[in-house]
Amino acid sequence: MELNLFLMLAAFLFCTGIYGVLARRNGVLVLMSVELMLVAVNINLVAFAAFTGAIAGQVFALFVITIAAAEVGVGLALVLLVYRNLRSPDLDNLDSLKG
Amino acid sequence: MLRYAWIIAFIPALSFFLILFFGKRMPKGGSEIGIAALGASFVLSVVAAVQWIDKVESTEGGEGGHALGALGQAFHVAGEAGHTVVEPVLASVSWFTLGGVDIRAGTMIDGLSVMMLFVVSLVSLLVHIYSTSYMEGDRRYTYFFAALSLFSASMLTLVIAGSTLLLLVGWELVGLCSFMLIGHWWEEGANSDAALKAFFTTRTGDIGLIIGIVILFFGAGGTFDIPTINEMAVNGEMSQTVLTTASVALLIGIIGKSGQFPLHTWLPDAMAGPTPVSALIHAATMVVAGVFLGARLYPVFFEGFHIADGGLNAMAVIGGITVIIGAALAFVQNDIKKVLAYSTISQIGYMVMALGVGAWLAAVFHLFTHAFFKADLFLGSGSVSHAVHTFDMRKMGGLRKVMPHTFWTFIISSLALAGFFPLAGFWSKDEIINTAGKADYDFFLVVGLVGAFMTAAYMTRCVWLTFFGEYRGAEHPHESPKAILVPLWILAIGAVFAGFLNATAFDIHKFTEWVEPTSAFPEVIVPEFSVPLAVFSFMVAAAGVAVAGAYYVYGMGPRGLTERNASARAGYTFLENKYYLDHLYTDLVVGSIKGPIARGTYWFNQNVIDGVVNAAGTGTRRVGRFTYDVIDQKIVDGSVNEIAAATDETGGLLRYLQSGRVQRYALILFASVGVLSLALVFAN
Repeated sequence: MELNLFLMLAAFLFCTGIYGVLARRNGVLVLMSVELMLVAVNINLVAFAAFTGAIAGQVFALFVITIAAAEVGVGLALVLLVYRNLRSPDLDNLDSLKG
Repeated sequence: MLRYAWIIAFIPALSFFLILFFGKRMPKGGSEIGIAALGASFVLSVVAAVQWIDKVESTEGGEGGHALGALGQAFHVAGEAGHTVVEPVLASVSWFTLGGVDIRAGTMIDGLSVMMLFVVSLVSLLVHIYSTSYMEGDRRYTYFFAALSLFSASMLTLVIAGSTLLLLVGWELVGLCSFMLIGHWWEEGANSDAALKAFFTTRTGDIGLIIGIVILFFGAGGTFDIPTINEMAVNGEMSQTVLTTASVALLIGIIGKSGQFPLHTWLPDAMAGPTPVSALIHAATMVVAGVFLGARLYPVFFEGFHIADGGLNAMAVIGGITVIIGAALAFVQNDIKKVLAYSTISQIGYMVMALGVGAWLAAVFHLFTHAFFKADLFLGSGSVSHAVHTFDMRKMGGLRKVMPHTFWTFIISSLALAGFFPLAGFWSKDEIINTAGKADYDFFLVVGLVGAFMTAAYMTRCVWLTFFGEYRGAEHPHESPKAILVPLWILAIGAVFAGFLNATAFDIHKFTEWVEPTSAFPEVIVPEFSVPLAVFSFMVAAAGVAVAGAYYVYGMGPRGLTERNASARAGYTFLENKYYLDHLYTDLVVGSIKGPIARGTYWFNQNVIDGVVNAAGTGTRRVGRFTYDVIDQKIVDGSVNEIAAATDETGGLLRYLQSGRVQRYALILFASVGVLSLALVFAN
């Protein structure tokens, strides 16, 4: 197996995540896209760790997973509040910061 | 204590500030601070006196000569055997340096200073105690005590000053305090006028003092140091011209401060102040500052006026005139305090005359005894007015029954003043007259005797009108409280016994021994006690009492003389108008100077000063207009507006970025990261 394969998979996942974050209007889908980006990063970390033999990458991946779990918790709570206030999960409605 | 005498003056100065800051909050309005401070000063003064006496006695024991410095030794040798030298105790610190001359502020303690310290702190302490009762309920009670403290501090500074400059500082400060205290009840126009008059008249004399000090400074080769000046004067190291001009200038200072003819007119008006002030300042202490100055710089006067030669000199003449005119004016006054004021003028005239005829010791001794009985008389008159609420003797009378303590102390002091044996005034006055006769000043011997006669006569009139006969007022007189009577008795005791310090008849010369300087002092004549002269002067005083008694009490002698006889009437009017001196000063001197000067000043004001002011005004306006139009409007405002406009435009452009949409922000974020990553890749 080659390292490049893993990296390409990660890049693909990351780009999918970016696309989701930028193009999706639904808050839940945006959150999921963020998770995709984090997963891509994790794949990178683990792949590099496996190919170089350094354990630190794997440890880091575990940290990222933990943080991601917390982040999703906070994110879902926010989406829930948005939904409750605006009766819609649509992020385009959130423009009260408009200058 | 002798080296640290400045503490004695420092305590009341401290008390002045304490009373000013905390006095109102104290249970007794600050008077307790003043009394405590003066009490401490008095105790320290007594300590200083005891130490000085100790020093003198031990030096005279023969051993002390070795303890003296090289200078003292030289004097010791120069002075014949039996003439021991006690140097004054000097202490000084560097004050400031001016033009390379190190000006020192220091104390000079000798018998004279110690005696003055004792008198000033004692009288001041008693006056403080007296005032707690006399000034009770006064609206500026605290302020009054603060001023009294400041006065005491200034006077104590004056008497311990070791340089003419420090002496001048004390001198001016007592003048200021005098002004503050005479005008204590300034709500009445007459009182503030009196305060101003006192201030300006003494200032006139002060000019003389300042000139004198400056002359001595240069004459003595650039020093304000009193012992040095005295030594140079005694040793003939200063030219006669310097000494004469300096002593004339200083004499003018004495005339102003000590109420001598022709600048005495402020002193009777100064009676507008509260009575304790009159007792302290205008009888016992401040007005004798002039005499003190004369005594302190005596070698200068002695050489400057050729006092040893006899005959006439300016100092003795001024004193002699003052003795007579002061006493004469005391006869026509109805205000008890004014009688005492003129009496003070006359008595200080005695002292100045004594200095003028070479009777240094007699002058200082008279200063010492006079402080007791004159302060007592003033405080007595205050006690009387406390009871009858007036100073007008026509509304008194018969008070001896209701005010026995005041009466007896007043009688004792009056007798002392009149020079009755064996009270204090007898010894000192007799010594002046005696020395005048011995030192070839026969004219002033006569003046002294005439003065003694008049003194006895006017005091008889005063005592008679106040205490004898029937009560003529409408009030209900009563004896004064203890705070008033205790000082009266203490001073009365002093008036009885102070003279015995130098009772030459009984061969007591303690005062001479302790007070007379032994270094840097001219050879003055100290006469033996003369029994015939003493008896004669006593007879003269008794005759004064008898004549006045016969005239005022028994109605003998010519009555209504002023109505019948034109010249007598003229004389009376002349006296009543105080020799027209006030008119001379206000109308002739002040008036003639005032008119032209005022006109000249007005012209100068209109043309020169106003011109300058107007030009300055116009110029300023133009500059202001230019500043407004160009600098303020265009540059300052312009730049501010430009900045605001630019910010506004930038903001208008940037607001498009602020869409409020999260995903737009994220897009910008990712795009930027992408661009930066590419840049990073290409850069590598």
